[in-house]
Amino acid sequence: MDFRETQKYGSYVAKPLEQFEIKTLMPIEIGGMDVSFTNASLFMVIAITAVTLFLTLGMRRHALVPGRWQSMAELSYEFIASLLRDNVGKEGRRYFPFVFTLFMFLLFSNAIGLIPYAFTVTSHVIVTFALAAVVFLGVTVIAIIKHGLGFFRFFLPPGVPLYMAPLLVPIEVVSYLARPVTLALRLFANMMAGHTMLKVFAGFVVLLGFAGIAPIAVIIALYGLEVIVAVLQAYVFTILTCLYLSDALHLH
Amino acid sequence: MSKHDPRPSLEDLDARLRKARGETSEDSESDGSGVPPSGLGMAFRVGTEMVAGVVVGTGIGWLLDQWLGTRPWLMVVFFFIGAAAGMLNVYRTVAGFGLAAGYRPPGKDQPEDKGPED
Repeated sequence: MDFRETQKYGSYVAKPLEQFEIKTLMPIEIGGMDVSFTNASLFMVIAITAVTLFLTLGMRRHALVPGRWQSMAELSYEFIASLLRDNVGKEGRRYFPFVFTLFMFLLFSNAIGLIPYAFTVTSHVIVTFALAAVVFLGVTVIAIIKHGLGFFRFFLPPGVPLYMAPLLVPIEVVSYLARPVTLALRLFANMMAGHTMLKVFAGFVVLLGFAGIAPIAVIIALYGLEVIVAVLQAYVFTILTCLYLSDALHLH
Repeated sequence: MSKHDPRPSLEDLDARLRKARGETSEDSESDGSGVPPSGLGMAFRVGTEMVAGVVVGTGIGWLLDQWLGTRPWLMVVFFFIGAAAGMLNVYRTVAGFGLAAGYRPPGKDQPEDKGPED
């Protein structure tokens, strides 16, 4: 393909990273800080609205024998309730509202991001990191409230000679601090990699002309995979939150 | 259902539903996830753990250096500590200690729960 042709086709090829651009929709500035309403904010609002509508409208009739919609709403409730019961135990009940909100927000953000032209909120590391930081700080505060200074025993494995502490304690502390980073990175990397890949293959379709059927087949397969990833990553984030919570409450 | 039947109480219905589903009472604990770990997911998880350990360690070292003015020594030290923490996390992930930090006293909890796959 010569240069002119490249230019001609260049305009058709979607830039794979363009979809992650933040665009300001409504500039707002408070106290010198840029708090504009962007497309990311818009899609967060959409996700929250969708969750609220899904649950409140689904439970509007609250029939004893649920219809399809109510059934879905109840299923999502029961799913998180049993996740919390299995991983945290009875004490986990009190944290149900938070965990349920987290799961539904992630699930809906991931799923809405799969709609063409939609923006994927969770493909931005700052969003996932903010969520992970909330989980991490919350869990740490709960552990300190519940166990007081005993929480810091957490960083020194039992049965270790004291002269090893200067080496082991920093390692344990760093390993503990790495938790929110892994939590955030995993969700972010999965979402971003998937969406970039979809766009890259979509670019091939235009370039290849008639032979573009092959990349279309790949896109269909990838899209199916992306649906799984969207649900699975919301689940993984939630179950890790549950496990951290269980750690904080029981403190081995 | 005819009109003359006395309606069974809801508690009774709930108990029968639980029994039919094979659920036990509220406060039972079973092992966590039902999703079996896949190879790729595991590899990805191990990768993130390792990278996050090193990044967090180096970051802490860098911040301490800025604060104490000892550049670059603490960053070098914490790079290795971070790498060790990353490896520790990888070991915990792979050895099936779930995702718990810290140690469990031996015998108290069997390292059977695999944690979720990625």
